[in-house]
Amino acid sequence: MELFNLGIRSIFIDNMVFAYFLGMCSFLAVSKKVSTALGLGAAVIFVLTVTVPVNWLLNEFVLKEGALTWVNAELATVDLTFLRFIMFIAIIAAMVQLVEMVVEKFAPALYGALGIFLPLIAVNCAILGGSLFMAQRDYTLAESAVYGFGSGTGFFLAIVALAAIREKLKYSAVPNGLKGLGITMLLTGLMGIAFMSFMGIDL
Amino acid sequence: MSTETVEKAIEKKPAEALLSKRRKKLITDPLVDDNPITIQVLGICSALAVTTQMKPTLVMAISVIFVIVMSNLVISLMRNTIPTRVRIIVQLAVVATLVTLVSEVLRAFAYDMYKELSVFVGLIITNCIVMGRLEAFALGNKPYDSVLDGFGSALGYSWIILTVAFFRELWGSGSVFGIPVFDYVSGIFGPDFKLATNGLMVSPVGAFIILGLIIWVQRTKTGYVEH
Repeated sequence: MELFNLGIRSIFIDNMVFAYFLGMCSFLAVSKKVSTALGLGAAVIFVLTVTVPVNWLLNEFVLKEGALTWVNAELATVDLTFLRFIMFIAIIAAMVQLVEMVVEKFAPALYGALGIFLPLIAVNCAILGGSLFMAQRDYTLAESAVYGFGSGTGFFLAIVALAAIREKLKYSAVPNGLKGLGITMLLTGLMGIAFMSFMGIDL
Repeated sequence: MSTETVEKAIEKKPAEALLSKRRKKLITDPLVDDNPITIQVLGICSALAVTTQMKPTLVMAISVIFVIVMSNLVISLMRNTIPTRVRIIVQLAVVATLVTLVSEVLRAFAYDMYKELSVFVGLIITNCIVMGRLEAFALGNKPYDSVLDGFGSALGYSWIILTVAFFRELWGSGSVFGIPVFDYVSGIFGPDFKLATNGLMVSPVGAFIILGLIIWVQRTKTGYVEH
């Protein structure tokens, strides 16, 4: 039940986009059409679900203070946390590459749909942010897997909803200066207000 | 390759002034006409979350200026030795190293600020402006020009987030840089006069709306229309 609550919390209350502004670049750039938004959203869920637990393992067995005791008891005082950024980003870049190759081999149809988005994702703030939050909040392995999936789903919901609104928006008369980015920011703000209502849920 | 032609054109006039017209443009262009946030739509990711108060925003702005300028310099110095195929990884490694440096310095000398910014210092790595400038400029230009270009972009980014932070802190908490402006104003007009603060400004929603309005004002002024 704890895990379920964490999942719900990471999808709605701690939504990547509306609560932490993560992944805004691709959120704004790839939300013009629902079909592409669906592709990117699915790819983000996929990559977050994989990278957060992998980075958990890395953090737990290599980077944390005293994590290296399984190699040698003398290494108990070694603290490699300062390497966190560089290791996490390396893992993410490598995992994205790996995921891309696996998907290309075993699911060509999915690769066709996700293809162009996968490389983009390596530099999506939401992915690195997920791993950094995981390390900061001291999740367990199961929790980090659920958190990865949940926050990915949150991003998916947000980007698909925004894309749907923007498709309708094409037929509206928006003031010149507000066209594009301006109106999208305001829309995101309004959607954020809607998502704030989830904060009242007691989990 | 286009990068080589650019270099040759620069080499023809070796006596170019330290701050020639072209170089000044490198700095001033990203401030308004080609602003990384409001026009190019880059770097919104990691920055908005820290803009509830002026102080952490200023620290964030300084960190970003440092990272962009230094990474532009390093990549520009190495531009002829980096194989094109692995350039993204090389760029990420350089940027991640610089960000680690910033984060360790903050942890050593400003621990409170380090706690407050939490994961967002680390997220400078994936700030699209950094990678964008490396890809678009530092890979094909000389170190000094790259430094100026990076500085210009970072300034363009900084003034936008500082403006957002100014309004959010003023209306959300009634203060500027921690100075309780609203209390002073109430003090002048007597106890019956109260300026109310708005909790919406402190929440993420405030940042989106303020930024949307800034973009509106700026684009109306410059006449830029997105299609």
